[in-house]
Amino acid sequence: TGLDVRLLLRRSNHRFCVIGSGPAGFYAAQHLLKLKPSSRVDIYEKLPVPFGLVRYGVAPDHPEVKNVTHTFTTVLKNPNVAFIGNFEAGKDITLGKLKESYHAILLAYGASEDRKLNIPGEKEHVVSARDFVGWYNGLPANRDLAINLETKKRAIIIGNGNVTLDIARILLSPIELLEKTDISPYALDALKKSTISEVVICGRRGPLQVSFTIKELRELVNMKSARAVSEIRDFDGINEQLLKDFPRPKKRLTELLLKSAQASDTTSSGSYSKSWFLKFMRSPKMVERHGDKLHLTLEINEFDPANKERVVGTGKTEVNICDIVFRSVGYKGRRIFDELPFDENTGIIPNVGGKIENGIYCVGWAGQGPRGVILSTMQNSFDVAKTIIQDMESVPHSDKSGFETIKNLVTDKRLTCYTDFVKIADFEEKHNRKVTTIDEMFKIINGKL
Amino acid sequence: VTTPVAKTDVEMVDITFVRSDGSKIATKGKIGDNLLDVVVNNNVDLDGFGACEGTLACSTCHVIFKQKDFDIIKEKLTDEELDMLDMAFGLCDTSRLGCQVCLTKELAGVEVKVPEGVNDARSS
Ligand SMILES: Cc1cc2nc3c(=O)[nH]c(=O)nc-3n(C[C@H](O)[C@H](O)[C@H](O)COP(=O)(O)OP(=O)(O)OC[C@H]3O[C@@H](n4cnc5c(N)ncnc54)[C@H](O)[C@@H]3O)c2cc1C
Ligand code: FES
Repeated sequence: TGLDVRLLLRRSNHRFCVIGSGPAGFYAAQHLLKLKPSSRVDIYEKLPVPFGLVRYGVAPDHPEVKNVTHTFTTVLKNPNVAFIGNFEAGKDITLGKLKESYHAILLAYGASEDRKLNIPGEKEHVVSARDFVGWYNGLPANRDLAINLETKKRAIIIGNGNVTLDIARILLSPIELLEKTDISPYALDALKKSTISEVVICGRRGPLQVSFTIKELRELVNMKSARAVSEIRDFDGINEQLLKDFPRPKKRLTELLLKSAQASDTTSSGSYSKSWFLKFMRSPKMVERHGDKLHLTLEINEFDPANKERVVGTGKTEVNICDIVFRSVGYKGRRIFDELPFDENTGIIPNVGGKIENGIYCVGWAGQGPRGVILSTMQNSFDVAKTIIQDMESVPHSDKSGFETIKNLVTDKRLTCYTDFVKIADFEEKHNRKVTTIDEMFKIINGKL
Repeated sequence: VTTPVAKTDVEMVDITFVRSDGSKIATKGKIGDNLLDVVVNNNVDLDGFGACEGTLACSTCHVIFKQKDFDIIKEKLTDEELDMLDMAFGLCDTSRLGCQVCLTKELAGVEVKVPEGVNDARSS
């Protein structure tokens, strides 16, 4: 009968739970709904607002990259999707309760720690890239980072990835450019007063092992306000002959590095007021304060004769005098559910193609580790969503109540929903600045601002 | 003087997108539109295509042309397009970013491959 069919249809509604509202969570939700439009997806987020690193990681001078939020907003507007913010999985709810309420749980909570250098003086004198990025992007947790760039001249950033280049660019950009972005107001103030004129980017290995990408490198090379300086001898043995056999991406990246090194060797200081420098084959050993300067001790490395991709320390060290040191050697995942296995070393939950165990999956940086651009995160989400739907086909399922049950379990705090976020987003657009405290977010939600 | 109807007829050309599994999507695009416009305007079902909305900041609009078609594309490859392409999965000598290539009369009937998957180029 009609009623039976309706019941059956209702029963076939899958309830999915996504933990984390960065690109991984949104692309997975989008794909689950594409493959099974009748399913319902609840997206839980620790912060009151969505979008993860797109809001709080991607550099403010890269607004184009943030266009992905338009797609995410379409997902949020889907009547089968609920956004639940200010909800910290692991703390506000146990895995057991989530399992009872959902057919599948998808962990998309990113990587919220960072890798450390583990050297003396790190705690006192080294600024974490992750905190600095959060600070200039208005992440509430990092807004009180005491960053003072007045009277500082020389910055050293340890690490050779794109986050390093983001930081170098922010430090070297003309303030007029940053003023046009959604950079946090207090970071803009601090950068206005900045006297940083030299940024040294320090890598453990050589020019052939960098992990930043060419787009980000070219932005720095093309910067009118800052000139590249290199030591041409770092490029010994890197020539046309060697480059010829590289795959195109590596060939083009190395050519650009080489070109900028050659140019820097011949141009005189010219009209540039600032400069940046790629220092290769160095590992940090110690940071000490001497008066108002920092002394960073670096060990000089050489290539392991047995493996040209690896380096070994020579025991020789050099001291670099500078004013501020950043560590940018990668993000790291965190354990949020004690019930699930976790690999402390890699910072991820062991998984096979995104599957942890029946009904529990992981995607994006939480599942694959903190590497890869939004594009790779997206592809991974699509793949895992497909696996989930396939797995669902083979198991019979009962009715699950999703957020209807969960909301009765979290009564001690005000959770946020999509319309709350819209209020915050509207406020930000109207006042042309990011809201950077949780307190202010709730004032806006409650109509008090 | 051509009637408006005839005019739109003239301005449209056939274009086929071929997914990685071999399935084909035949559609039409207006001359002057880029391939991302064609995908958006026709709701062509290609997952994740055009994430940055044509601002040269992703490479989700990566398509592969046949050599003969590649050779007659009006827009020249810039360093910036090549930089983004370097991050794309399945990069070929005849790869382009769809948002940077506009349809011309000469490209009528063009068939492009849309590779699936990604190349983990960026590690932080
Ligand atoms: C500084 C920086 C700059 C970048 N710039 C670019 C760029 O220009 N272009 C590009 O393509 N890629 C860039 N990336 C990479 C891109 O940001 C990642 O590929 C992508 O964000 C990974 O998505 P994710 O969803 O796995 O993680 P995230 O974006 O980190 O999302 C995880 C979400 O989960 C939430 N969460 C954490 N714990 C919990 C919990 N217990 N309960 C509920 N929610 C939780 C977090 O608050 C966050 O919102 C950059 C990365 C960084 C770090
Ligand atoms: S749509 Fe992003 S580069 Fe073409």
